[in-house]
Amino acid sequence: MYKKIMLAMDGSEHSLRAANEAIKMAALDSESKLEMVYVADFAKAKSEVLHAQGREDLEHARRSRLQPVEDLMKANKLIYDVKILHGEPGPALVEYANKEKFDLVVIGSRGLNALQEMVLGSVSHKVVKRTNCPVLVVK
Amino acid sequence: MVEKIKKEWFSNIKGDILSGIVVALALIPEAIAFSIIAGVDPMVGLYASFTMAVIIAFAGGRPGMISAATGAMALVMVPLVKDYGLEYLFAATILTGIIQILFGVFKIARLMKFIPRAVMIGFVNALAILIFMAQVPHFIGISNMTYVFVAITLLIVYVVPRFFKAIPAPLIAIIVLTAVTVFSGVELKTVGDLGIITQTLPSFLIPNVPFSFETLAIIFPYSISLAIVGLLESLLTASIVDDMTSTESNKNQEARGQGIANIVTGFFGGMAGCAMIGQSVINVKSGGRGRLSTLIAGGFLMFLIIVLGDLVVQVPMPVLVGIMIMVCIGTFDWSSFSYIRKAPKSDALVMVVTVAIVVATHDLSKGVIAGVILSAIFFVAKISSIKISKNQEATQITFNVEGQLFFASVDSFVDAFDYKVENQNIYIDFSTAHVWDDSAVGAIDKVVMKFRENHNRVTIKNLNAASKKLVDKLAVFHDPEGKLSTH
Repeated sequence: MYKKIMLAMDGSEHSLRAANEAIKMAALDSESKLEMVYVADFAKAKSEVLHAQGREDLEHARRSRLQPVEDLMKANKLIYDVKILHGEPGPALVEYANKEKFDLVVIGSRGLNALQEMVLGSVSHKVVKRTNCPVLVVK
Repeated sequence: MVEKIKKEWFSNIKGDILSGIVVALALIPEAIAFSIIAGVDPMVGLYASFTMAVIIAFAGGRPGMISAATGAMALVMVPLVKDYGLEYLFAATILTGIIQILFGVFKIARLMKFIPRAVMIGFVNALAILIFMAQVPHFIGISNMTYVFVAITLLIVYVVPRFFKAIPAPLIAIIVLTAVTVFSGVELKTVGDLGIITQTLPSFLIPNVPFSFETLAIIFPYSISLAIVGLLESLLTASIVDDMTSTESNKNQEARGQGIANIVTGFFGGMAGCAMIGQSVINVKSGGRGRLSTLIAGGFLMFLIIVLGDLVVQVPMPVLVGIMIMVCIGTFDWSSFSYIRKAPKSDALVMVVTVAIVVATHDLSKGVIAGVILSAIFFVAKISSIKISKNQEATQITFNVEGQLFFASVDSFVDAFDYKVENQNIYIDFSTAHVWDDSAVGAIDKVVMKFRENHNRVTIKNLNAASKKLVDKLAVFHDPEGKLSTH
C-alpha cells in the first residue's frame, strides 16, 4: 500500500475528518509512514505573532492545534511525523508534497467558509491540480 | 564571517532581486502618502525610504526586512514639522538615531519583549486609526469625483491582485488613475498641490538649526517618541519576518541598525523611518530573504524617483487616500474584536486604553507607555492576592500562607490573621508562599510580634531557600527581645 502518506492539516472540521481517513490508510500497512503537515499561513503571520507572547508561545499554539490528531496517531501506534511549513497554504503544500515524493496526499475538502473560498480559491483544489501523486479529498 | 556574508547577501540572488523591485514599486505610493501625513514635501519621504532601505541592508539585524518612511513615525512628527519646520525634523531624525543606537548598545531593545501583547495590539490598532483619520481631510467633503476615485482605487487594490500579481496593485492604481485624470481633465487635487518633487539625488546636509540647548529641548521629546515607536514597530516586524522565514534575528543589532539608518537619513534630508510590516510581508511573499532584497528595494526606488519624478506631482490625492485606506485595513488587527471578548478583562481593557490614549494624544509612544504601566498595575494586583487558611488542632494552630508576599500584598497578609488567640503554639507555614522584599519580612515580624503580645509561641516553617535567606538577613523576630523596627 502507500508507504509515504502526507496529511494536510489546518485544524478545521474537514481536516479532522481527513485525518481519520489518513489514519485508516496508514494502519493498513505497518511500514506506512504518515506525515502531518501544517502551513502557518503568511496572511495570518502578523496577527499570530501579535497575539502570541514570544516564539515559544506561538510554536505551542500551533502544535496544540495539531494535538488531537497527534494523539490519535499515537493511539493507533503509527509511524508519524509533524511538519510545520511557512507560506501560502496551497503552493506550500504542493511544493512540499512534490519535493518529498509522497505516495498519497490526504486533505479535507475545505477549511474556509464559502465566501473566503470564492475569494481565495480552495486549497484542496490547488493541491489536486498540481501535486504529482494521488490525492484523497475528504468531505 | 565570509560564510555569514555569503549567506545573508548572496544565497537567494534571483528571489532577492525580483522581490526588491516589487517592494520598490510598492514603496512609492506609501512614501509619498506618509510624507503628506507628516506635512512635508514628498521628496523627504522618498529620500528617507531610499537611505533607510540602503543603510539597513548593511546595518540591520534582520535580513529581508524592509525599512523606509513609515506612517507610525510620520504621525509622531506632525506637530514638530508644523511648529518648527523641516530643519528641526532633520535634527530630530539624527537625534532619534543616536537614541536608538544607545538602546541597542545598552540592550534595551531586548526589554521590548516584556511589552504585553495587549499593548502591541493596541499599538497597531491605534496606528491604523490615526492613519485613517489623517486621510479624512483629503477626501471628505471635497468633491463627488474625489469619492469616486477613492472607490475606484480601493476596487483596483483589492480586485486586481486576484488575477495579476506581478506588479503591486497600488502602483497599478496610481499609474492608471493618474493617466485617466491627466487625459480626461477631471478636477482633482494632486500631490503637486501639496509640494514639489525635485529629481535629484539626496545630498549631505547639516540641519540648519541653532546648536543650542533650546533646540535640544524642542527636538528631544519628539526624538524619544520616534525612537520608541520606531523600535517597537521594527522589532514587531522582525518577529513577523522571523516567523515567516522560520529563522532568528539579532534584535539589538536591528536597534543599532535602525539608529545608524536614521542618522544617515537625517543628514541626507529625509524623515525618520523604521521597519514596515506591510512591505516586509510583501518582500517575503515575493521571495525576498536576504539583505540584497532590501538593498535592491532602496536602489531601484531611487532609480524610479529619478525616472518617474514628473509623474509623481500629477498623482491625484484621492488615489493616495485609497491606498492609505488599504494600508489601514491591512494594519488593523481584525481579530481584536474576538480578543476583546475572549481575553481576560484586564488585557482587553489595557488594549482599549492604549488605543484611546493614542487617539486622544495623537502620540503612539504615550499610548504604549500608559498601556505598559496599566498592565504592570494589573499584574501586581493579580499576584498580590494572598490566602491564609487556619488549621486548629488540640495543642497548636497552623496558618498556611499561599501566594506572593511583597510590598503590594503585606497589608492583606497582616490583616488576614486572627490575633485573639492566647497561650498557644502557633505555626506559620510558608511552603506555598514566597517572600520577596523587606516589606514582606517586616510584615512577618509584625505578625509574629502581635501573636507574642498574647503570650503565644510562634514558629515560622517551610520557607523556601530564597525566602529563608531574606528572612534570616532582615527579620528581627528571632530575637525574643526584638522590637519592631519603625518602617
